[in-house]
Amino acid sequence: MPYALDITDLEKSYGESRVLGPINLHLTPGTITAIIGRSGCGKTTLLRCLGGLETPTSGGIKVGDGNVRQRDIGYVFQEPRLMPWLSVAKNTAFGLKGIKRQARDEAVAEALKLVGLTEAAGLLPKQLSGGMAQRVALARALAPRPALILLDEPFSALDPFTREQMQDHLLHLHGYYGATMVMITHDMDEALALAQRVIVLNGAPGKVIGDFTPDLPRPAARTSMAFFNWKRRITEVLSDRPAHRLSA
Amino acid sequence: MPAFLLALWQGLAGAGLLPAAVLPSPALVLATLIAMAQSGEMAQAIGATASRLAWGFVLGATTGTVLGGLCGASPLARRMLDPLVQSLRSVPSLAWVPLFILWLGIFEASKITLVAVGVFFPVYLNLLGGIANVDRKLLEVGQVHGFSRLRRLLRIQLPAALPAYVLGLRGGLGLGWMFVAAAELLGAANGLGFILDDGEQTGRPERVLAALLLFGICGKLTDTIMAALGRHLVAWQDTARA
Ligand SMILES: Nc1ncnc2c1ncn2[C@@H]1O[C@H](COP(=O)(O)OP(=O)(O)O)[C@@H](O)[C@H]1O
Ligand SMILES: [Mg+2]
Repeated sequence: MPYALDITDLEKSYGESRVLGPINLHLTPGTITAIIGRSGCGKTTLLRCLGGLETPTSGGIKVGDGNVRQRDIGYVFQEPRLMPWLSVAKNTAFGLKGIKRQARDEAVAEALKLVGLTEAAGLLPKQLSGGMAQRVALARALAPRPALILLDEPFSALDPFTREQMQDHLLHLHGYYGATMVMITHDMDEALALAQRVIVLNGAPGKVIGDFTPDLPRPAARTSMAFFNWKRRITEVLSDRPAHRLSA
Repeated sequence: MPAFLLALWQGLAGAGLLPAAVLPSPALVLATLIAMAQSGEMAQAIGATASRLAWGFVLGATTGTVLGGLCGASPLARRMLDPLVQSLRSVPSLAWVPLFILWLGIFEASKITLVAVGVFFPVYLNLLGGIANVDRKLLEVGQVHGFSRLRRLLRIQLPAALPAYVLGLRGGLGLGWMFVAAAELLGAANGLGFILDDGEQTGRPERVLAALLLFGICGKLTDTIMAALGRHLVAWQDTARA
């Protein structure tokens, strides 16, 4: 079962300076939400709070019924963060525990197939390109089949072609096992192509300044008029930024 | 270059420009080595020294591994033990000798203990440092997967500390050679250090040089073996972990 996500009056400060909040959001189970916003506006901090990596200064986060185990949350960092001493397959299996060897091997094979790295199973991280490494990181987060997946600019290191391919993979994956996904991106096309909901953050401290629910078919045709109109509406909220690319 | 120096040395000694009592010719050193090998003195001396080194290394590396691992894994153990170890480290190692002799006598035990002290510190420090300095970014990967402390130690901290640990073992072995030489110089009835001391006492620099040469060769040999083992260990870690 995918989880709902309830964020109430969430605030995060480092020392005296508040970098985030207050933020109030309710995310529907099984949806994909994209978070966009300028560099340093607190996107990563928000995601880290959701993933249990930071303790909020105040306010609350409720994942599912509130009794969620950490291992049911998948997290994809901005960098691959692979264990350099483990092969691709073993890195993918890193978060799998308490299951039989055969089930583990199957989960690894499936996750690697999804990110198109079946052939690379035996390679070491040092033998991978940046994009491949990031795909292994994605496979590692997917393998345990988490009910909530948090992704911090997962595809920004990939070349445009691979990026679109990965976006398709992610949609496909979402279609057939339906986790709740929260994804940070600086790519407006990516946000609109994947997400049912687009949240725009503004910095210092990070607050929600835009909350959109584009009713585009998915996968959205990126050349359609509707797509273009949504893109313009969201870009307006981010005002003085160049049209379609927002830096991380 | 070494060959040139050797030839120069032999030439100068042969021409009588270097008095044999100061720097004997390479030929004389070689002859001494051959004589030592033939009489069995060489094998016996290397055997005695190597056995002290080996026992001391095992003792020092084991203690260093256990204490380093413990302090790395447990902040409590670290707070209790590490300051003590650090203060002991500031004592010049050779200053322990009188105490060891009082406690353990003048025979093998005190020598082995001195070697162990030399080996202990690099092993302990490197393992502890390796565990403590693991990249926070890797630890967070364990955190998002809900790892327990034990699992984090076994799956992230120890493997990540392995290269530093291997360096520590290698450094410890190097110090072990230094300390076994010191221990034998301070009084031994056999071993390479004894030949050094004996050569000095009896005014035979060719014996001193021969023993130095053997120390150098043996030290280099064990270091090469250790380095290869270390590479093997890290390579295995790369490819064969479950
Ligand atoms: N550990 C930290 N200590 C102090 N300030 C931090 C820390 N982490 C992030 N910040 C600050 O919080 C703000 C938001 O950072 P971040 O969430 O990484 O932004 P984004 O991901 O949107 O680019 C930045 O101004 C950053 O300098
Ligand atoms: Mg960020």
